Amino acid sequence: MVQLPLLEVDSLTIDYQTRRGNIRAVNNLSFTLERGETLGLVGESGSGKSTLGLSIIRLVPPPGVIVNGHIRLDGTDILTLSEEEMRFIRGKKVAFVFQDPMTSLSPVKKVEAHFVELIRTHEPNISEREALERAKKALNDVGILPERIDDYPHQFSGGMRQRIMIALAIALNPDLVIADEPTTALDVIVQAKILDLLKSLRDTYGMALILITHDLSIVLERCDKIIVMYAGNLVEYATSMELHKNPGHPYTKGLLQSIPNIELAEQKLKAIPGSPPNLLNPQKGCHFWPRCSYAEEKCHMEGPPVVEFSPGHFVRCFREAHSPERSHKR
Amino acid sequence: MQKVETKRRIFPSFIPNLTSLTRRGLAGWITIIGATIVLSIMLMTLLAPWISPHNPAEINVGPLSSPPNSQFPLGTNHLGQDMLSRIISGGSVMIQVAVLSVFFCLLVGLPIGLLASYAGGIIDKVFSLVMDSLYAFPGMVLAIAIAAMIGTGVVNMALSIAVVYVPSYFRIVRSQVLTIKELPYAEAALATGAKGRSILLRYILPNVVPSVVVVATVNFADAILTAAGLTFIGLGVEKSIPDWGWDLTDGRALLPSGAWWVITFPGIMIVLLALGFTLMGEGLSELLNPRLEQ
Repeated sequence: MVQLPLLEVDSLTIDYQTRRGNIRAVNNLSFTLERGETLGLVGESGSGKSTLGLSIIRLVPPPGVIVNGHIRLDGTDILTLSEEEMRFIRGKKVAFVFQDPMTSLSPVKKVEAHFVELIRTHEPNISEREALERAKKALNDVGILPERIDDYPHQFSGGMRQRIMIALAIALNPDLVIADEPTTALDVIVQAKILDLLKSLRDTYGMALILITHDLSIVLERCDKIIVMYAGNLVEYATSMELHKNPGHPYTKGLLQSIPNIELAEQKLKAIPGSPPNLLNPQKGCHFWPRCSYAEEKCHMEGPPVVEFSPGHFVRCFREAHSPERSHKR
Repeated sequence: MQKVETKRRIFPSFIPNLTSLTRRGLAGWITIIGATIVLSIMLMTLLAPWISPHNPAEINVGPLSSPPNSQFPLGTNHLGQDMLSRIISGGSVMIQVAVLSVFFCLLVGLPIGLLASYAGGIIDKVFSLVMDSLYAFPGMVLAIAIAAMIGTGVVNMALSIAVVYVPSYFRIVRSQVLTIKELPYAEAALATGAKGRSILLRYILPNVVPSVVVVATVNFADAILTAAGLTFIGLGVEKSIPDWGWDLTDGRALLPSGAWWVITFPGIMIVLLALGFTLMGEGLSELLNPRLEQ
């Protein structure tokens, strides 16, 4: 029997139903995530990547509504669960690491109180001492001295607070950790350390990891698979190796070209011209065409389909759909 | 192995300890001065039975309307009561009323503010409307109207004052909750599977408490003044209980005859007590404001 994938997102569509109109934040998006796998979710601000992340624990902020699709966690469709059942998934099965570590901890509570609160929420029978033991172990695993569990959040630096947030996330040994831009608020050196920490924890704890970021370069080397999102659409989905070597979508190519590379002779970075569309009044056709250097007549008229470019490599672009001979060129 | 020494705090961060207070500049000193005034008046009132030279309620202990002299340092009133003894014990009712009214305000304003603003929507709208309409009345007028309806006595005075000041608590709690419930740590708590109730009680409430403490301290001063006002116009306690408010009433009647001491000393005491609470409240609000820390 084939083992069920840990997470299966199936034609998920999420709308923000505002007074001024409908904004489609996530459009008909599907992917699967196996146990222990790392997925990078890349896109610019407003591309729907955070909304997608939050939808997995069903915390899309209002007026966001999941209008269509399924999210199956271990085979259970979480969209059919009650709020009470959902509470046991949040934190216990799926943990979330937020973007801003400076405000993600309550300033009037000691670090230990955060852990005890979390562990007790999910395992009410556990004694406080046992909860503290576990908390100390988690802190130790993220590289924070366990003695410091007695301190208040303001006594830690930003990087350390993010480590504490990660320790909170792994304390209950979840199956999946979703990290929403975990390093955006941190400086570059701390960034690399936090990301490597996440990766090594993934290896020790065997959890799956979704890394949401706007920086393609940081997920390329750390993730197994990558989804590139643009204006709510999945534009490319591939293993990071394949994406790096053989990007299919013009947007992904643009992103790759905008990463500084010291080996290239050309010193100037290529940027993608223009800015993302206003999703309140989406134009017909492909969302990316106004910025695309390959745009044709057809791209204005209708949205391109998702095509399997090579096995396991999906691209949403007409160019790939109509030039199958290109797909195996390396 | 390297040993890392971490500074431990004995108190939660929002309760400053005394030694650190003096190092916090003006705000620290203001708090200390205010607290000293308030505590000494409270102590004086508590010890009144032992330290006052005469029974404050007894008439004819001395000559009528005698100006301050060596036997009666603050003089006597028109009934021959010793003013010094009356000053020493006359704050008792006022302090009781102030404490009780702040307690009532907390009892009502805090939970309603928390629940209504956390729930949001129509519940929040209804409570905001009710509280805002109460807030629109001039405080003293509303307190007089309610006191006139429910009668005199310490508890009734406290109740009528509480009605006036509940909206302040509601508003400050509401504004804080609206801010805090959108902060990442409240959202993070939700993402760890915490119940709404525990988010409210364990994440939001502790962060609201510092602001409420400040409002309460400032409100003590207002409550003192309102209590004095109610007694002054006869809606406070019985005449047989010594009270600065009553002495003001008597003093006002005696003032044309030149007996300035009957109205002056209780007046000074009321101002002093209110000032003490105000200084303490202002100082605390500076100290507890996390943005000003360090």
